[in-house]
Amino acid sequence: MTDLALRRAPADRERMLGLLQDYGVYAGVTVLILANIAFTPHFVSAENFRTQAVQVAPVLIVALGMALAIGSEGVDLSVGSVMALATSLVSLYLGYGPWIALIVAMLGGAAVGLASGSLIAHIGVQPIVATLALMVAVRGIALVMLPQLKDVRDPGMATLGSGDLLGIPYLVLIAAALALLVGFTVRRTTFGRQLLAIGDSRPAAQLAGLPVRRVLILVYICSGVLAAIAGVLATARLQASDPTSLGNLMELSAITAVVVGGTPLSGGRIRVGGTVAGAVLIQLLTATLIKHDLPPSWTQIAQAVVIVLAVYAARERGKR
Amino acid sequence: MTTVQARENTSSPAEEEPHGAARAERLSALAQQHGALVTLMLVVAVASFGFDTFLTGDNLENMAVSSAFLAVVALGMTFVIVTGGIDLSVGSLFALGGVLAAWGSQYGTPVALLLPLAVCGLIGLVNGLLIARARLAPFIVTLAAMLAARGILLSITDEGSTTYLVDEKSFFARLGQDKLLGVGVPVWITVALFVLGAIVLRRSRFGQYVYAVGGNEDAAALMGAPVARTKIAVYTLSGLCAGLAGALNAAWLVSGVTILGTGMELEAISAVVIGGTLLTGGFGFISGSLVGVLLLKVIQNVINQIGSLDSAYQQVVSGSFLAVVVIAQTWLGRRRRML
Amino acid sequence: MLSVSSLTKTFPGARALDGVDFAARPGEVHALIGENGAGKSTLIKVLTGVYQPDEGEIVFGGEPVRFATPLAAQHAGISTIYQEVNLVPLMSVARNLFLGREPRGRLGLIDFRRMHREADAALRSLGLRIDVRRPLRELGVGAQQMVALARAVSVDARVVVMDEPTSSLEPREVRTLFGVIRMLKERGIAVVYVSHRLDELYEVCDTVTVLRDGKLVHTGRIADLDRLRLVSLMLGREMSEVRSEGLTKFSGDHEAGGEPVLDARELTVRHVLHEVSVQLRPGEVVGLGGLLGSGRSETAKAIAGALPPDSGTVVVAGAAVRTGSTPAAIRAGISLLPEDRKAEGIVPGLSVRENIALAALPGLSRFGLVDDARVDRIVDTFIKRLRIKTSGPYQKVGELSGGNQQKVLLARWLAMRPKVLLLDEPTRGIDVGAKAEVQRLIDELADEGLGVLLISSDMEELIEGSDRVVVLKDGAVVAELTGDDVTEDRLLHAIAAEGGDHD
Repeated sequence: MTDLALRRAPADRERMLGLLQDYGVYAGVTVLILANIAFTPHFVSAENFRTQAVQVAPVLIVALGMALAIGSEGVDLSVGSVMALATSLVSLYLGYGPWIALIVAMLGGAAVGLASGSLIAHIGVQPIVATLALMVAVRGIALVMLPQLKDVRDPGMATLGSGDLLGIPYLVLIAAALALLVGFTVRRTTFGRQLLAIGDSRPAAQLAGLPVRRVLILVYICSGVLAAIAGVLATARLQASDPTSLGNLMELSAITAVVVGGTPLSGGRIRVGGTVAGAVLIQLLTATLIKHDLPPSWTQIAQAVVIVLAVYAARERGKR
Repeated sequence: MTTVQARENTSSPAEEEPHGAARAERLSALAQQHGALVTLMLVVAVASFGFDTFLTGDNLENMAVSSAFLAVVALGMTFVIVTGGIDLSVGSLFALGGVLAAWGSQYGTPVALLLPLAVCGLIGLVNGLLIARARLAPFIVTLAAMLAARGILLSITDEGSTTYLVDEKSFFARLGQDKLLGVGVPVWITVALFVLGAIVLRRSRFGQYVYAVGGNEDAAALMGAPVARTKIAVYTLSGLCAGLAGALNAAWLVSGVTILGTGMELEAISAVVIGGTLLTGGFGFISGSLVGVLLLKVIQNVINQIGSLDSAYQQVVSGSFLAVVVIAQTWLGRRRRML
Repeated sequence: MLSVSSLTKTFPGARALDGVDFAARPGEVHALIGENGAGKSTLIKVLTGVYQPDEGEIVFGGEPVRFATPLAAQHAGISTIYQEVNLVPLMSVARNLFLGREPRGRLGLIDFRRMHREADAALRSLGLRIDVRRPLRELGVGAQQMVALARAVSVDARVVVMDEPTSSLEPREVRTLFGVIRMLKERGIAVVYVSHRLDELYEVCDTVTVLRDGKLVHTGRIADLDRLRLVSLMLGREMSEVRSEGLTKFSGDHEAGGEPVLDARELTVRHVLHEVSVQLRPGEVVGLGGLLGSGRSETAKAIAGALPPDSGTVVVAGAAVRTGSTPAAIRAGISLLPEDRKAEGIVPGLSVRENIALAALPGLSRFGLVDDARVDRIVDTFIKRLRIKTSGPYQKVGELSGGNQQKVLLARWLAMRPKVLLLDEPTRGIDVGAKAEVQRLIDELADEGLGVLLISSDMEELIEGSDRVVVLKDGAVVAELTGDDVTEDRLLHAIAAEGGDHD
């Protein structure tokens, strides 16, 4: 009956919205870069690019995990707290060497993901609610482990935080590698394809015999591990563990990056490239406002507006 | 305190329906309604035995006042959650309300009260419009509002560097400081608001709509409930409550502290859910939220009294509590669907 | 009371209602029947203000009207009882009854005492004794439906539309419902009654209107119409009509032999299936006959693990299969092409390629990495073999026509090399050419030795495509037609046979 409707050419308005959702973020980044080149003094400098890239790296890594969760028609609000947990774990286990500390932090993130994934997949709690509960509890656990700010003095961590390879900071290299890895996972692995099918149509995926629960749990584990890595990197960059404030509002930045990058909140589609661009866009927006002596408060308001617009555009398009 | 909605009597014999299942059902409903209260009484009992300092007038007074502000926020949140929504912007609105009240207090008490109510109510209204009319997901909209409100707060305080003070002798300051019959005015105001809120949710037609929208939105629309208007109203109400709580808090502290309110939305949600309100909407009660707030604050107080424990345990406890309650609710909900 | 004339409603690509006349009179129970896609739900939705008609007129109480919303229709006095109870389960019975029109006392507060008294009175007047303070969800479905009915009546309804009200009721509850319907009749209320249960129609209805393919095919007193005639009108088959074969693309009989490849025994799901048993031998096409709601799709779902049965066993090629688990059924070689292709079959946002490979992915992967070369080979093979018309393997399945979507789903399952294929309405909503192709394909697959279970509302397809037909009614097997008995005539008789109240 609706075959014809489906075959009908999409209306112009819808095509516009589609283009906006798919490529708007790249256009936005381009415009911001051009505008900055034209109007911002000292914008085009290796030092500046380096600063921007280093700042965007942790957000991007968290956003990659968030993209997986959103692609499965869920969301992970616990990412900021997982970063805090990671920073606490790192400073506690640094005595055993940076690698052990890193692994412990990642295991911590995986455990949180396992918990939220199980709540969602097995008990059937809504993703928002499950990850909200963990957001509260995990921040608390992080603070119990490490009640206050602590300096991290470790040569390994220092190298990780501020070293570079051929002029490119490690942080940026790691973020780029993870972006490629997540992109590869989404495109080329069984897990990635099953994840998209589940996000697009859970009943169909279930009837096709996909291991829905296992895939969902794995999604939140991935998100937890990525957030933990971001937490470790942020710790390395700041040379300090601060579980009180590290990762605050990170869930919002990550969701913004993902949604602005063209991944719909309704699931079934993940745009890794768009997510990278989305993270860069937010960073550039902040940087631009700061460089022009506009107060940081404006960036928060601007980010709020951008995210509502992005969700609104995606919604209008999803109506069909 | 607010026994307004003591549960309707279910003792009359029912002709319909099976028995074991219905009884289990009623037990679980009972657990959901009074579980928090029983827990609260247990914790209070244990704490009174365990710590000499617990049942002192000062400590109780302190707990009551510090509960009051969160309670007012949780009051608005209860309405939102009963409609099946969520409001993550209340923490920022609480802080914004405090700053606006402190700034406005130089022009007199009416400005100090009305300005935060107007601004926070307006933000709540915008939340409601985006959620009900543009049909965007509540958590995204209110998360954005949380950010925007924090931004507004920073921009009116020179990026947080200015703290507006309230004249300690002003009537507004006395709203926060004075005592009536030995109890702080904010506590009285909170109690009054809860009685009012309970009556509205339980006894007004609007309250019925709130339950109906959360219980089954499509059915509510078919039965003629004004779904969109109800949603807009609850988010506006939540904004108003957060703004008022912020203003009272500013009067109490005699200043508009800019760094307040972070994480308060989570505390409020935890309190509401622990108090027996279903996060999926359609079921809940005002008095439960008050019990939830008290429970959180008493636990916090106990943790503070145990010198060796860090206050961070508070978050672990409330997070775990939240998780347990949510699991139980989902479970019970699923069993009910199967009946 | 309420009548419509030459009503037409068109959706993109389909004419749902085509010049339909219909009239509901006071004190009369009017049955509205038809198979899926006949247009009865569209008609109800136009009557109750959910849809606006494209052409035609609605006259209510002597005046031409147009309802912009369901609420407007309700205010005018047209109430609807839906199949799924449309009330708020967590609220009390009384609150549900009075939502939006609660009696209020001082200060505008709700007067609960009065509300409970009036709610109790309203339910008693329908012969019901329910504690109105209890949450609605604590009541049985039947009692909930009664509350919905009480609400409908208490808002001064003059027309009550009931959409399959008995589909989840116990026999006892059905009796109560009928009592209430008779009471409504006496009060001069017009009732429009939609149901597929013939016994009920004859028991409670006065007149009947039959729709088929959006057109009115019959209207008149139900007593003047015998059951067989009613069923043939619904299904669009004339008893006298003897057709020669060849309208469908089925070749006819298959060589079926050996041990059953599928042996499903006594599958029971409360309210839905009652000890349904089906056997399939390799190379055999077995049809499931029956009206809408007779349990055909549910039988297929129970076999495929998508509907957990309360009891019963499924055996594939001699090995027992764990019931209630889709992966287990798929591993055993059972594949289900679901009825609701769009919601449960295709993954619309993914490409043709991903959709075809979806179920077979684990087998096409090594260490969790998809072997794209192998996927391409399989996808190419099936696109060619099933002649899937697509601009390429990367086109989104949501953009394909219905017939091609169906072929993609078939390809998904054939890639799994199944032993048993359950096809639920495989040709519904697809165009004639694609239909013929799918039918030919079913034939081929059976010839290759698959056991095929075919569900179809298309009589012709069912009769000509099947070697045997198992007839279901109200969730139970009532007849099995084999050999020369597989004819439309026999099938109609089996469906129309009286009795069989299995609830």
